[in-house]
Amino acid sequence: MSPILFWAFSALMLAFGVSVILNRDPVASALSLVASFLCLAALFVGLDAFFIGVIQVLVYAGAVMVLFLFIIMLLDLKAEKRRSFNKFALLGGAAVTALFVAGLLKVISAFPAGAKPFPALGVASVDDVRQVGLAIFTRFNLPFQTVGVLVLVASIGVIVLSRRQLK
Amino acid sequence: METSLPWIILLSPLASAVLILLFAHRSKPLSVLLSLTAVFAAFGSTLLLFSSHSVVQTSATWIDLGPALHLTIGLKIDALTRVMLLVVTGIGALVHVYSTVYMAEDDGKARFFGSLSLFMFSMLGIVLADNLAMMFIFWELVGVSSFLLIGHWFTKPSAAKAANKAFLANRVGDFGFMSGILLVWAATGSVEFAGIQENLAKLTVNPSLLTLAGLCLFCGAVGKSAQVPLHVWLPDAMEGPTPVSALIHAATMVAAGVYMLARIFFILEPSPVALGVIAAVGAVTAVLAALMATQQDDIKRILAYSTLSQLGLMVAGIGVGAWGASMFHLFTHAFFKALLFLGSGAVIHALHHEQNIWKMGGLRRTMPKTFITFVIGTLALTGTPGLAGFFSKDAILLAAWHKSAFIFGAALFTSLLTAYYMTRLVVVAFFGEAWTPNAKHGHDCPPAMTVPLMILAVLSVISGYKFFAGSIFGEELFHSVHAAEHVSLVPILAVSVFSIGTAGAWFLYNGRSKDPVKIPLFRNKFYIDELYASLIAGTQDLLASFSSWFDHFILDGVIVRGISGLTWGVGYTLRLLQFSNLQGYAFLFGTGVVILFYMLIK
Amino acid sequence: MNPLTLNHYLLASGLLFSLGFAGVMLRRNIITIFMCLELMLNAANLSLVAFSRFHVGADGLPNYNAQVLVFFIITVAAAEVAVGLAIIVALYRARQTTHVEDIQSLKF
Repeated sequence: MSPILFWAFSALMLAFGVSVILNRDPVASALSLVASFLCLAALFVGLDAFFIGVIQVLVYAGAVMVLFLFIIMLLDLKAEKRRSFNKFALLGGAAVTALFVAGLLKVISAFPAGAKPFPALGVASVDDVRQVGLAIFTRFNLPFQTVGVLVLVASIGVIVLSRRQLK
Repeated sequence: METSLPWIILLSPLASAVLILLFAHRSKPLSVLLSLTAVFAAFGSTLLLFSSHSVVQTSATWIDLGPALHLTIGLKIDALTRVMLLVVTGIGALVHVYSTVYMAEDDGKARFFGSLSLFMFSMLGIVLADNLAMMFIFWELVGVSSFLLIGHWFTKPSAAKAANKAFLANRVGDFGFMSGILLVWAATGSVEFAGIQENLAKLTVNPSLLTLAGLCLFCGAVGKSAQVPLHVWLPDAMEGPTPVSALIHAATMVAAGVYMLARIFFILEPSPVALGVIAAVGAVTAVLAALMATQQDDIKRILAYSTLSQLGLMVAGIGVGAWGASMFHLFTHAFFKALLFLGSGAVIHALHHEQNIWKMGGLRRTMPKTFITFVIGTLALTGTPGLAGFFSKDAILLAAWHKSAFIFGAALFTSLLTAYYMTRLVVVAFFGEAWTPNAKHGHDCPPAMTVPLMILAVLSVISGYKFFAGSIFGEELFHSVHAAEHVSLVPILAVSVFSIGTAGAWFLYNGRSKDPVKIPLFRNKFYIDELYASLIAGTQDLLASFSSWFDHFILDGVIVRGISGLTWGVGYTLRLLQFSNLQGYAFLFGTGVVILFYMLIK
Repeated sequence: MNPLTLNHYLLASGLLFSLGFAGVMLRRNIITIFMCLELMLNAANLSLVAFSRFHVGADGLPNYNAQVLVFFIITVAAAEVAVGLAIIVALYRARQTTHVEDIQSLKF
């Protein structure tokens, strides 16, 4: 991936991320999140992870975000009232975030292996869908089945939760 | 053939019981037919067994756990077994025939015959068993079937109670029996009679253990043969149908204890202490029960106490070492006591379930066949010279004479009382005038009931003679019956106490319509039942109040409320720390993660 | 321009994660908070994929174990979103609000 694209997409991703947390209107937040996820998918593609990029678009930017928007509109949520931010939350959040970023920088600066460029691939084109599929159905078969059960349980749970009688 | 006969004897009543209780219980005639077929098959096979006098043994492995435990389902036929088999199947067959009429109008007739077959199976199992473990299993089965039969009329509260009482009293004894079996097994490593006998030396080296084991085994006999202090169940067991009383509570089940003692006599023999205790218990039972019998009004209860007393005599006989004599008395007693019970059953049947002897009277004219057979039974029981009881009692008396003056005195006194109370019974019930209108309607019963009476009457006469008993007991066993040296004073004493007892009762009771003698202590059975009741009630109250306190203060107070209070208190305290702000929690969470992060990258 | 390194991606991922956390701290609308959580999950995905590409194996292919993990994260996240949103709907039915400051009754 050319560095220009990386810079562009990561900058866009972070900008839309900022937009998510600054917008008071949940619909605007959700749409910013979709944009951020699309940029993230572009970064995935740039890392030769085409399958992950595609399901990022399909599942996240598609299905999950549609669900979010649907719920926001179902509940007819208005924009948050313009209230002064809780000082404690502001300060605490800023402090924790800053500390985290500082720690991250420290790690990166002390991680010389990470400063090397990405090694070249040994093949002309990756068949990553096949590779991921092989990995899932051979080495990770049991976790895969387990996740299937988890999804089933979650869907049953959602049905139960959304019944009217629930008090 | 020889090895299959015991299996036929054992299994045919089982087959009948299973068939009746599972399939045929709706059809009374079919149940009766099945039950009769089974009992006569067993009886016939028993007779065939007498064709030879050899010891037959057949067994199949049941549990094999190496050298530690090897259980077999083994059947053993020797002289002792043959005698018991004849008693059980012979009297069983007569009682079955008798019951077809006695129980004719009973709704539970099929159930009755099913239980009767089950009882035959269990009892034959005890008799045939060649090891203690198997004997114990059948011992318990006998307890169960006895429970079923005593409680046959379970809608009557007294019958249900009596069944429970019999079962519980037997449980007490059985616990001892089981402990005894375990002790013997632990010491000798075998539960088979042959194996125990081989390794008996391992037990005799420790005399106190031997005595303990012997006494524990004796506990089983105390329960089944209703010895003091567990005798209380037998009189109450008379709530069951009369044929049951005759079969189970006179001839067979209660004799199982004596039979068992005779079987394991080789274990008891080396321990004089155990034998002494057995003799004393037997003698005390004999005297106490005879005293109680003198003041009872219920015809079946008199016979029940008489049975207790005679069983005491047999146990005392074992205690003085004369197990052959005891088996002989068991053998003769089975016939005349079954006869007496069946005779009383005929009276009860004829008088529409009237059991009080003071409401009978004058039955010698209206029920002549019953009267004659009953008198023969009475004479045999009281020890009239020439009848069966005389010979067998004489054998025990002789053995006691040589061994202990106390036992001899007790046995003699028991004979006196036996003559007294039996004469009282006969005089009041059969002589004099009919004391109530009901008693005038007495009549002899149908042949199915009187024929067994006559057969038993004949046996009561001849079963004491050598030509009859000798051929059944076999040469060797019959010799051990009369092992004691003959002393001519003993029969003379026996006859004189018999005469005194009979004459005394005759003069006291002839022509009376009310009891001239009133001794509340005897009438109320020495208040032993009341004593047990108050003891049990007292213990129960104490236990109950303790449990109540424990439940209230320890379980409810400390454990349940304590734990809930503790949980609540801790929860309340911790709740004060909460500030119920989602973002606050997120902040704390993030802070924790960052701290961990810094600890990692340091 | 310098060639891209793993650290670039890790930095981008960390910043995205911090943004998500800041969102969780700042926003009051529970749905927005939930979206920020998704942001944090995706930040983790980004670093995983970067590591996958960084570790080229002997066969000349990226290490696909990391991508399988990402696949699982996406699956679980989808399930989580479904359940979480259902809970939010149920909560809204009961309280007519989605503001976390109005929901404080769990304490007592």
